[in-house]
Amino acid sequence: MTKAVRWPFLVGGALLAILAGLVFGATFNGPSALIEGIGSPDSMARTILIEVRLPRVVLAFMVGGGLGIAGAALQALVRNPLADPYLLGLSGGAGLGAVLAIAVAGAAPWAVPVSAFVGALTAIFLVYRLSVVAGRRLDPRVLLLAGVVVGSFAGAIMSAIMVLATASELRNAFLWLLGGFGAASWQALMVYLAYATLPVAVLMLQARRLDLLTMGEETAQFLGADIERTKRVIYLTASLLTAAAVAVSGMIGFVGLVVPHAMRRVVGPLHTTLLPAVFIASGGFLVLADAIARSIVAPIELPVGVVTALVGVPLFALLLRRTLR
Amino acid sequence: MILQAESLTIHYAGAPTPALSEVSLGITPGSLLVLGGPNGSGKTTLLRALLGVLSPSTGSVSIDGRAVASWPRRELARRVGVVSQREEVWVPLSVEEVVTMGRYAHLGPLTPIRPPDRAVIEQVLQRCDVVELRTRKAETLSGGEWQRVRIARALAQEPQALVLDEPGNALDVRHEMEVMELIRTLVDDGMACLLITHHLNLASRYADRIVLLDKGRIVAEGTPTDVLQEEILTRVFGWPIAVTPWRAGSPQFIPLRSGEGAGEP
Repeated sequence: MTKAVRWPFLVGGALLAILAGLVFGATFNGPSALIEGIGSPDSMARTILIEVRLPRVVLAFMVGGGLGIAGAALQALVRNPLADPYLLGLSGGAGLGAVLAIAVAGAAPWAVPVSAFVGALTAIFLVYRLSVVAGRRLDPRVLLLAGVVVGSFAGAIMSAIMVLATASELRNAFLWLLGGFGAASWQALMVYLAYATLPVAVLMLQARRLDLLTMGEETAQFLGADIERTKRVIYLTASLLTAAAVAVSGMIGFVGLVVPHAMRRVVGPLHTTLLPAVFIASGGFLVLADAIARSIVAPIELPVGVVTALVGVPLFALLLRRTLR
Repeated sequence: MILQAESLTIHYAGAPTPALSEVSLGITPGSLLVLGGPNGSGKTTLLRALLGVLSPSTGSVSIDGRAVASWPRRELARRVGVVSQREEVWVPLSVEEVVTMGRYAHLGPLTPIRPPDRAVIEQVLQRCDVVELRTRKAETLSGGEWQRVRIARALAQEPQALVLDEPGNALDVRHEMEVMELIRTLVDDGMACLLITHHLNLASRYADRIVLLDKGRIVAEGTPTDVLQEEILTRVFGWPIAVTPWRAGSPQFIPLRSGEGAGEP
């Protein structure tokens, strides 16, 4: 199958995932309920469709797409296929922020995302400061190290707080850390889009520079990339995008790691095609994972991060085997 | 003069002596300048300063009459193509994709690759004799093939000057000769070219001028006959060397075994 032929499959797959996201949930609303929801204005089916499932599916799609291209961009930046959006200290910062909010403000719904976002931004800033060596150069190897260091430090504080917290707080924090779209609403979607649209656009515009970066920094420079500026832009936008995703959905792992990896095999490594493909595939993947998370043990909802890991890990192992063969 | 260095001095922080002192040189269209010298003589430092990767302590570098640091990288890439010493590809790119990246300096972030770009890519693929390799993945190429692909990518930038850092390294006789022949044809067609190499015997046969660096200073420069002299080479490389006049204008040197005289055998 040539690379151009794969696009309809990709888009079709994402549409199927979206359909599944609208149909499955705490209750199964099959095609007839879907039609009823679209057709009759005051029905229960319509409320579920328009107020509950649609914003949730759209948010999951956008968050998935954001995490996917953030992962793809960061992998190109550090020239390492194992980079993931949370690797660079962000998870520690966001987690600490969330746990702090849960411990201090209890269950106030607005406090957790805001605090997680602030925590993530703080971690981004710290990692960035640590990695800009000698006043101007951003060294990707130092970036990885700084990410691990800042992440561990935040993780340690977070653990201490969790040990001192009461059991119900602990459970809330724990659930939040695993990620989910339980709090999805049109409002949450708007907040996310307000923060995520610009980073997504900027990363898409960096596609060719990301290609050049895969050839190494010095070569990228000789081929016309202003390398220091490019690295900063990519790190900051990818991180901001991830922080926005964390704020609305907690920490959903594996999407940003597995999907870019898989898409390199499907559409090739050039970012002008890779980034859009990753966006569509990651979006669809997360919508599907969310549909599974809320229907498989309904009415209990699994954290979506659990599902992405359960699906993502075997997928990743399979990809790894095929790459090595 | 396309690329010009004026009394360039580079002093790395903490180093007792400068890596380069008072180096001046330039390259002109249609001429091949070879830069030689022992390991650690400052060749690669000079190259990096010429390309604006390293800022000099004193002195200046200009490209097309403008200070190198003031060139936006994109515009610079349309004037100077570089084949650096080493480069590893991290993702499985095809030869055609690698060469296409040479066009990026001519493209906006969203402009598709246009027919004129494709024409340039075809032309450089042919020129470097890598047309048959176009769909091959870069990591499956031999050393010689990969070197030709990288030269093709540099040519796709449509530069006026080409800078190559030891392109013949680790290549066997045929592949190295093919690379040298290609470089010479490009120069004869008007390219300004700077080549760093340890292989001064080849340099002697292809270069218009040779500059010899030692401990950061230019110790000899001129035509191959001017530079490839027993006394100069023996002193610079710290090893007894004999020079034989192989053909007019391209003397060849032979490092002597210990106890071997420099006279006729």
